[in-house]
Amino acid sequence: MNPMRRTVLKSTGSAGLLALLATAGFLRPSDVLANGWNKIAFDSKTMAETLKALGASTPASSDAIQLRAPDIAENGAVVPIAVDSKLPGTQSIAVLIDKNPQPLAASFELPSGTEGTVTTRVKMGQTSDVYALVRADGKFYMVKKEIKVTLGGCGG
Amino acid sequence: MADPMRIRAVARDGVVNVKVLMSHEMETGQRKDGAGQLVPAHFIQSVSATHNGKVVLSAQWGPAVSKNPFLEFNFKAGQKGERISVTWVDNKGEQRTDEATIN
Repeated sequence: MNPMRRTVLKSTGSAGLLALLATAGFLRPSDVLANGWNKIAFDSKTMAETLKALGASTPASSDAIQLRAPDIAENGAVVPIAVDSKLPGTQSIAVLIDKNPQPLAASFELPSGTEGTVTTRVKMGQTSDVYALVRADGKFYMVKKEIKVTLGGCGG
Repeated sequence: MADPMRIRAVARDGVVNVKVLMSHEMETGQRKDGAGQLVPAHFIQSVSATHNGKVVLSAQWGPAVSKNPFLEFNFKAGQKGERISVTWVDNKGEQRTDEATIN
């Protein structure tokens, strides 16, 4: 055993080691920082935890947000979801699926000049309430819609 | 290297409608293969679209976004003939950038 090696490991600590690995090319910076990816929010297992991680513990309801999605999704692997926010100053839109293993599916940042409308497709494990969370002028608003799934899109 | 994205951008009355279709497995990390082994998660984590050097949309995704993700949004102040660029980065650090001309 090389005593010098032990010392190096001890003195650098885990953060130092990560940095060393990153510079040595073992870890790309994106692995360490994940481009600011909100790991806490995406890993949250319940709606309450997810909302907390997004800083939106008590979102208000709003008639100005429309969540367009089918009432029944035959294939849970591909469920089209469109969120349309008419709220002035819409800054971000997130799509949450209550009964998925991790509710947060996607979050979109809309700079000024970009309209408050996004469309995407998501996976649903089973019939669930789907939520659109909108941040407008620093306040959070949320609407929901139940989507029935006849064939789940997770596992298998 | 992942396949190119299909990007369609159409300007109408000063508003550009952008549709993007990406080519990605979007593996959740919860599915098992034929041998009963978990298939490791592999999904796009961040997406960003720029027009004239300005970000017009950025997104963070989890594994619940469908395989071969689709994305549609609208932004103002885009002209026909200008370029729009879209970049994604996945959880393995792979990335891809594609460009399209606004029609």
